[in-house]
Amino acid sequence: MPTSDHGMHSEGQRARKKMRHLLYSRLCGGALAVRVLMIVGLILLLASKGLSYFWPKDIQEVSLKDGSKVWGEYQGRKVFLGAQRDAEARYQIQYKVANRDLYDLDFRWVDEDEITQTSTPSGLLRLERREYGVFIGRLRELILGGEVHRGAVADLMPLLVRKMAERPANETHQWEQEARRDQVVLVTAEGQSSTISLFDVLHVEAPNEMSVFAKAGTLIANLWAFVWEDPRESNTEGGIFPAIFGTILMVFLMTFFVTPFGVLAAIYLREYAKEGPLVRAVRVAIFNLAGVPSIVFGVFGLGFFVYFVGGTIDQLLYPEALPTPTYGTGGILWASLTLALLTVPVVIVATEEALSAVPKEVRQGSYALGATRFETLWRIVVPASLPGIMTGVILAIARAAGEVAPLMIVGMVKLAPVPMDGEFPFLHLDRKFMHLGFHIYDLGFQSPNVEATKPLVYATAFLLVGIVMVMNLVAIYYRNRLRERYASSSV
Amino acid sequence: MSDPAVVIDPAESPVAHGSGLADARSYLDIQGVNLWYGNKQALFDIDLPIPEKEITSFIGPSGCGKSTLLRCINRLNDLIDGCRFEGRILWEGQDINGSGIELHGLRTRIGMVFQKSNPFPKSIFENVAYGPRIHGIRNKSKLQELVEKSLRGAALWEEAKDRLHESALGLSGGQMQRLCIARALAVEPDIILFDEPCSALDPIATGKIEDLMEELKKDYTQVIVTHSMQQASRVSDHTAFFYLGELVEFGETQQVFTRPLQKQTEDYISGRFG
Repeated sequence: MPTSDHGMHSEGQRARKKMRHLLYSRLCGGALAVRVLMIVGLILLLASKGLSYFWPKDIQEVSLKDGSKVWGEYQGRKVFLGAQRDAEARYQIQYKVANRDLYDLDFRWVDEDEITQTSTPSGLLRLERREYGVFIGRLRELILGGEVHRGAVADLMPLLVRKMAERPANETHQWEQEARRDQVVLVTAEGQSSTISLFDVLHVEAPNEMSVFAKAGTLIANLWAFVWEDPRESNTEGGIFPAIFGTILMVFLMTFFVTPFGVLAAIYLREYAKEGPLVRAVRVAIFNLAGVPSIVFGVFGLGFFVYFVGGTIDQLLYPEALPTPTYGTGGILWASLTLALLTVPVVIVATEEALSAVPKEVRQGSYALGATRFETLWRIVVPASLPGIMTGVILAIARAAGEVAPLMIVGMVKLAPVPMDGEFPFLHLDRKFMHLGFHIYDLGFQSPNVEATKPLVYATAFLLVGIVMVMNLVAIYYRNRLRERYASSSV
Repeated sequence: MSDPAVVIDPAESPVAHGSGLADARSYLDIQGVNLWYGNKQALFDIDLPIPEKEITSFIGPSGCGKSTLLRCINRLNDLIDGCRFEGRILWEGQDINGSGIELHGLRTRIGMVFQKSNPFPKSIFENVAYGPRIHGIRNKSKLQELVEKSLRGAALWEEAKDRLHESALGLSGGQMQRLCIARALAVEPDIILFDEPCSALDPIATGKIEDLMEELKKDYTQVIVTHSMQQASRVSDHTAFFYLGELVEFGETQQVFTRPLQKQTEDYISGRFG
């Protein structure tokens, strides 16, 4: 143990050094923790706000001072902004009263002061309709096969449930004829009665009578429908399957285009091109390409891919269809090519790094066995670089999956069917497509019923984040497997 | 292509013709080799006969050009930009830099083991099979046979036979170096060049490599560059001492180490410099 003056001195220094080290490591750790918390927070926010939409809420009966009643799902409470500044804060509560065809609006704000009583009475139904959204009301009559059933809700409910269960998976014309004759009569909170044909009813539930497990089951069923169904009512209802499919297909196509293109370009730059001012200029240009705003790529894609390439294809291959464009208009092929162009710098840079990380000795070992340059490159250098190349592809996927702006002008639309059907060639790359990113924008800002689609924005965002994550995880898993196989000694 | 300016006078040649070497059949004949890296000359007028099926060691202090000369033999220097070569290396009567020689064929017949063991990031099997594969052997049983033969030849079979399909990078340093030897053997060369093969190995692994070299003498002509004079004296039959790009002395190992003809050699082997 150093006990001399010198030792004491250096001990003080050491303590300071230790403190500084501690401070820096804590700062780094803190920054990381904040980052992780933000990501977890974002995902939790999206999940809770998004998933709560699919949870069947109780229908409340709200009695007001003026004697009227409101039936609706509780949405939230906020300070009434119209109040006088110095007056005591007044609150308003938002209910989803549905019945858009009767009330014009799905939502209603109620002054808290006006409320005398709130309860969740039994017998209230929530009907999901083909049109006009949800209907909330009390069951009064059922007209099934021309026969009128009247009575207590408890008696009618099983009949309705049985009838709903008879719905075929694929709607036939005959079934439609019958379903249009069958009707359900409901009364609203105001006592107004409304007749809805069973054909228009997609789903019936009585949330006030449901157990937690039944609600959880409905949540899962709703989620399932959300993921697998087509949108309805200008995207405010129904599922988002075409958007999911479009996003995944587009990213997949993008990867398919960008990987060989980027890897070959990087191999040429790193292995074949003679290092000089020209190659350096090309490299700088590639780096700069990564910084170009994505909308510029969109404009380029429109001008080059859609109008020039697509227009030429149309003239050569589909002249009979002109002036209606086939390929000369936005489509999923052009969108993925545009994104491939956008992400190619990432792949090039990552591949170049990976290639240059392969040790010189390993290359020489191959040459010393009589291998040619080409053999060395394709059998040793490129396989050894695969994990690094995969990293580039992963980054490209992450970037492409989240990109929206350039797609808006090269083929992404608000509503389009899945670009795949039973007609040859089954996958129609010339067609327009839906995309989750744009769907979020559309739901949030372009929807005719913004209030109703707000939870859908969260749910869609949650799904988009989830899909990007899953695609990344798959790519990372694949990269790690490659790493095990080509584990490099010195990298 | 020999430089007419280089006149080889047998009397002045550092090759000790009197020590019985003249009788040994020189297998590879290095004649008047000069080499430049850019403007810097790295080798000066090297003349050196390398005898068949014996071990020749190149010794000398760092930067003396011994590795450079070794790399001339399998033309690995061709890969270096700005490297200029002059002189002739005759092998079976042909200049290896001549137009009649196919580079990849030459490298196939002259194997090399590097200072830093450089297994490919592949399985043990694939490492050894790589050479035969690029030379067109596709037959699986033939490949298996070659791999086993080469691994046995490199004294690695017993240790590796149960993990042939595991990554070569999981081997120990000594095993990796023997794998590199096996890899070189798999293409059935005539000459094996060793560039400081044991510099990163512990004494036990070094001993194994040295035993292996002794074993390989039956079939192969070997050249080893080494920093360890003990190693040179242990394994080699002939020793060449280089200093600042020049060949100072060449002779039978025993003679070079016990009765060096040149003062510089004596100084180096007795540890006065280097």
